[in-house]
Amino acid sequence: MPIGFLVNRLVLAIPTLFGVSVVVFVLLRVVPGDPIAMMIPPGAGQEDIDRLRVLYGLDRSIPEQYGIWLGQALTGDFGTSISLRSDVLGLVLQRLPATLELAALALLIAGALATGLAVLGTASRGRWPEAVVDGVTGTVQAIPDFVWGLLFILALGVLMPVLPISGRFDPRIEIDFATGFYLIESLARFDLDTAAMLLRHAILPAVALALPLTAVLARLLKSSLSEAMTQDYVQVAKVRGFGPGRLIVREAMRNALIPTVALSSVQVTFLIGGTVLVERIFSYPGIGNMAIGAVINRDLPLIQGLVLTFAVLFIAINLVADLTYAALNPRVRRG
Amino acid sequence: MMLSTSRRRLLRAGALGGLALPFAGLASTVSAQGSTLTIAYNVDLPAFDPTVGASAVNPTIQSLYKSVFDQYIDQNPDLSFKPGLLTGWGWNEDRTEIFLEVREGALWHTGEPVTPDDVVWSLERAGDPDTGNPIQFVWSKVGNYRIDGNRITADVLAFEPTLFKWMAFLTGYVLPRRYFEEVGPDGFEAAPVGSGPYRVDAFERNAFLRLKAVPDYWGGAPAYETVIFKFVTDAVSRVAEIESGASDVTLEIPYDAFDRLKDRPGLAGVTTPVSDIAMIFLNDNDEIMQDRNVRLAAHHAINKQAIVDRLLRGYGVPIDTLQAPEYAAFDPTIRVPYDPDRAAALLAESGYGRDNPARFTIQTTRGFKPRDFEMIQAIVGMWRAVGIEAEIEVYEIAQHFELRARDALAPAAFYNWGNSIGDPSTSTGFAMFGPSPHSTWDTDDLDAMIGPLWGEPDEAARIAGYRAVDRYIAEQGYVIPLLQYVQPIVHRDDVVVTPHTANFLLPQLMRPA
Repeated sequence: MPIGFLVNRLVLAIPTLFGVSVVVFVLLRVVPGDPIAMMIPPGAGQEDIDRLRVLYGLDRSIPEQYGIWLGQALTGDFGTSISLRSDVLGLVLQRLPATLELAALALLIAGALATGLAVLGTASRGRWPEAVVDGVTGTVQAIPDFVWGLLFILALGVLMPVLPISGRFDPRIEIDFATGFYLIESLARFDLDTAAMLLRHAILPAVALALPLTAVLARLLKSSLSEAMTQDYVQVAKVRGFGPGRLIVREAMRNALIPTVALSSVQVTFLIGGTVLVERIFSYPGIGNMAIGAVINRDLPLIQGLVLTFAVLFIAINLVADLTYAALNPRVRRG
Repeated sequence: MMLSTSRRRLLRAGALGGLALPFAGLASTVSAQGSTLTIAYNVDLPAFDPTVGASAVNPTIQSLYKSVFDQYIDQNPDLSFKPGLLTGWGWNEDRTEIFLEVREGALWHTGEPVTPDDVVWSLERAGDPDTGNPIQFVWSKVGNYRIDGNRITADVLAFEPTLFKWMAFLTGYVLPRRYFEEVGPDGFEAAPVGSGPYRVDAFERNAFLRLKAVPDYWGGAPAYETVIFKFVTDAVSRVAEIESGASDVTLEIPYDAFDRLKDRPGLAGVTTPVSDIAMIFLNDNDEIMQDRNVRLAAHHAINKQAIVDRLLRGYGVPIDTLQAPEYAAFDPTIRVPYDPDRAAALLAESGYGRDNPARFTIQTTRGFKPRDFEMIQAIVGMWRAVGIEAEIEVYEIAQHFELRARDALAPAAFYNWGNSIGDPSTSTGFAMFGPSPHSTWDTDDLDAMIGPLWGEPDEAARIAGYRAVDRYIAEQGYVIPLLQYVQPIVHRDDVVVTPHTANFLLPQLMRPA
């Protein structure tokens, strides 16, 4: 992988983020819903309203506000949340690990399930298991992640309460972590009890997020595997007497992964976007949950910070997908 | 080959372990028991300082604040006032001074005593425009504090008849001066200290607040040693929390879910009418609303009892003024009865009828309050029957606030108005006085009636004055009050919950059965 490619992508990210920041900043200020109007108490007069407007810098023109915000953002100061009264960057960094862990877990689950389904479907082409795989992926894809979340809450939280349905960990337990990556940290410490407790809380939202992605990835991978299975090198391996399992996993899989990885980055960004509703339903304390609160309260600085964070995540996902694609595909790797 | 086999075994073991891990220790997922009370609460806690910022004027968060902090003056569940950190308060004879008597024996969660200096500092800080207290306009009406033992006196800079009621209302909390000055605002947010019945033990933003009982609290030790407020903002998830046994108490759930859950074994339910009303603002900026016949017809055409019975399953109290029955100026003799014939006759007087309906837009939220959109749909149907054709426009609550502040609401706009101190100035006063940023009705006749009441020193005369205002508003049809909301609370049947009319859900008012 040429270093130049990486540098080029990182440089291109700068105007993208700038564009996102301008659009979000302007949009938030022209759509209805004034944050100051939200906090006017009964009895406040125009003077009180003006005072609050000055206090939050909303008395200036939009370009002036943007200039101030951008100047501060370049120094790492993304402003102060109006509703949470804390530094935006600190708030986002505090909650981001929860979302990243949830998304990573969902991605792992989706990857594992999709691979299993694709391999099963490919290995049983023309027979009933393939029809079952196609039926399952079609059904799973048709149901959005938040509906899966509600179904899981009903089934595994209420009817058969075997898993917790809210929060990131049991609030009765004292936990002291050095980082926000609780699950990774507990695994690194070999604190398996805590890891199990964290996984119990994360598993339902993670599976809810993972299922629609599973269906898409399984269909993509199965289609790519089917195509790869017709290639000469697979046929040669078949003639050499390799079994269907080895043919799929050892011979066809690597090439089948290339188009799957190329197309999956868009799907993974949907997964990240899906955290907003799924975190809300499961009261999971990530940036998705925080984003809904910020929008309801018209917390402009926090919304800006969160949208930029999502933009950075999307750029990072695409970059990782490109790097993975290049690693899998020698033609790209060698320029 | 050895390496390959080992790796495969390791991966297999890891995968199996990973699958098994979430199901390990299932027993710990069952509901909180014994001295721990878990409440599935409907809103997040944005910030701890109860005296500054938007959260300070958010009524739904006050239960959390009141668990940790003491107010100057407190309220009983029926809205009557009782001593908080102040045991005595009042005016001098000519109302140029106030006096406050500070409770002895109250302690901060650090173990230090609450002093008159803390009270004065809290009041001065609240009145300082630079601190960002949204109620600064009230607190700045008193100054020049003097301390003599446990008694504080201060000069009245501008007379505010409801000053002491505000001491039990939004931002009326006492904070620890020494600790706050030592740690600063950020340090206080990180480790808040109050003098309330519970101290903060742990806080995970967007997830939960864990509190520990203060055994030597001046009001007596709370019944539960540990209280966990889980922030479960989705109503369906709150129902699931209580149904699964993961939480012991919850509130603000759909009424049909309440009716289903309260009869389930192991659960119970309690409801109480709260200080929150549904109403329709009318805007005099629109020509059609300047017609008294149209306004009164719009009011007489609404069958509020039917709305309560059919849409809210009986959980609501029809009202005809902006005063709920528990409020100080409630007058049951002021009635605007359901009378569709009279509504049609009034419209006919102005030339309107079913063939030539009066037309206007009504704005409403959808899902912000129980059955809000459905209520407006029903009302529009009732209006259509008498000769009013209203077009429904759905807006977000943030849009409502902005439009109301700009006096740009539609001719009719649905809203809910909370008033936990039950004073008429904080309902009729602010909602109907023209210069108020919350009012959409701006006429000289009404302003002339309300204006003098802001500074009326005689409490009986002030309340009587507001009753007269309410009667006049009903006669003129300047606003359409609809109903008083009822708060549904579901809880385990081994927990006794005392509901609060101010719509607080206070753990200090709960105890084991």
